[in-house]
Amino acid sequence: MPVETDLEPGRRPARPDVAEPGISPYRSLTPRSTVEMLARAAAVFRKDITSEFRTRYAVNAIALFAVTTLVAVGFAVGGVGISQPVQASLLWIVIYFSAMSGLSRVFVREEEARTASALRLAAAPGAVLGGKLLFNLVLLVSLEVVIVPLFVGMMHLEVSGWPLMLATLAAGSAGLAVTATVVAAIVSKANAKGALFAVLSFPILLPLLVGAIHGTQAALSSARFAAGMQDFKLLVSYTGVMFIVSLFVFRFIWED
Amino acid sequence: MVSLELRDISKSFGSREVLSGINVLMDSGCLAVTGPNGSGKSTLLRIIAGLLAPTGGQVVLRSDGRPAPPELRRDLVGLVAPDLALYDELSAIENLRFFARVRGLRTADAELAASLEKLGLAGRENDRLGSYSSGMRQRVKCAFALLHDPPVLLLDEPSANLDETGAAALDSLVAEHRQRGIVVLASNHPAELRSGDCVLQLGD
Repeated sequence: MPVETDLEPGRRPARPDVAEPGISPYRSLTPRSTVEMLARAAAVFRKDITSEFRTRYAVNAIALFAVTTLVAVGFAVGGVGISQPVQASLLWIVIYFSAMSGLSRVFVREEEARTASALRLAAAPGAVLGGKLLFNLVLLVSLEVVIVPLFVGMMHLEVSGWPLMLATLAAGSAGLAVTATVVAAIVSKANAKGALFAVLSFPILLPLLVGAIHGTQAALSSARFAAGMQDFKLLVSYTGVMFIVSLFVFRFIWED
Repeated sequence: MVSLELRDISKSFGSREVLSGINVLMDSGCLAVTGPNGSGKSTLLRIIAGLLAPTGGQVVLRSDGRPAPPELRRDLVGLVAPDLALYDELSAIENLRFFARVRGLRTADAELAASLEKLGLAGRENDRLGSYSSGMRQRVKCAFALLHDPPVLLLDEPSANLDETGAAALDSLVAEHRQRGIVVLASNHPAELRSGDCVLQLGD
């Protein structure tokens, strides 16, 4: 397609030789240190929390799904004595599917509301990843603060080792939040976001879910932390690897 | 000192070629981009802003004679576009405060309020954007684009939805900015095109 350019240098006004006081348009605003990057990530996190408090966009989706699933599971097996492996599996199934129903919204909402372009123009990818990850982590932990006691009560769960249980929940949630955040960024531009999010996340999260279920099962059966140490190590390693990978790939996911 | 160079830019969506052979070099003033609907005006501005990758060619922004790395482009460019939205659930000043913080700016609220006042939004800065008219949102977008005082200002249909007062405020902003930087303005309005020092005509 031919393009006509009509550049007339003579008509251009000359630039002032000296910048106006207080105006420094050419300074770099790129974060120079980790502290500065964290401060910007905190700004993204605060914005997302404020938006969430005002719209209840993700909380409603997650809470409704979690409570409905819990009630359904409670009515189905609450009165029947089920084995500890099944109890541990059911707990993580509820957590996983509740997370899948809401954690993707952190990026999907930006695309649907057409605010993603403004965010891309203003924020460094690292700040966006940090802020969104922290938001998803807080959302997931808040969800678990409600779900786990309800699950323990409804399923008459007897937890032998609470330290291992809490450590498994914390490490599992961190891994779930990291993975869900990166996958959410990938699927946010697709058409079938909801289905794609669960489909893409599941194979990546499978090792984490297996480790988390085993760790929870160990916490139910034994008071010793060592009983679930292997699973805890797996969860921490998985989370660390996923976090480092996400630091490397997020820029390409977010900007392309 | 910043210069903008577009080297043989082309862009295709699937088999449809929207832009090809775009070459521009400028270091100040206002470039008006015009052409019929679908000719690639918005696409070109998104490519310059770094929101869209060109199929071929290169956008080179030079800061003090040195090519600016891609991550610096967001510091050099401000964009106002119809498909760029701000957060409806936040107020105008909360939006600006957020974008200032993620840019690492410590702009005081009074300064942010002053920039909104300059665009005719005095007294409405604490209202949520969701309650704004489309013209008022367009004014907040202008404040967003100018927040970090970028040397390159990209305006896509900037006077869309603006009333006379808003259009006048925008004109004065463009006039002020072109004295110390680059303005690229995409429009089909004859009045806006007249403010360009040169015209890039995109055609079918």
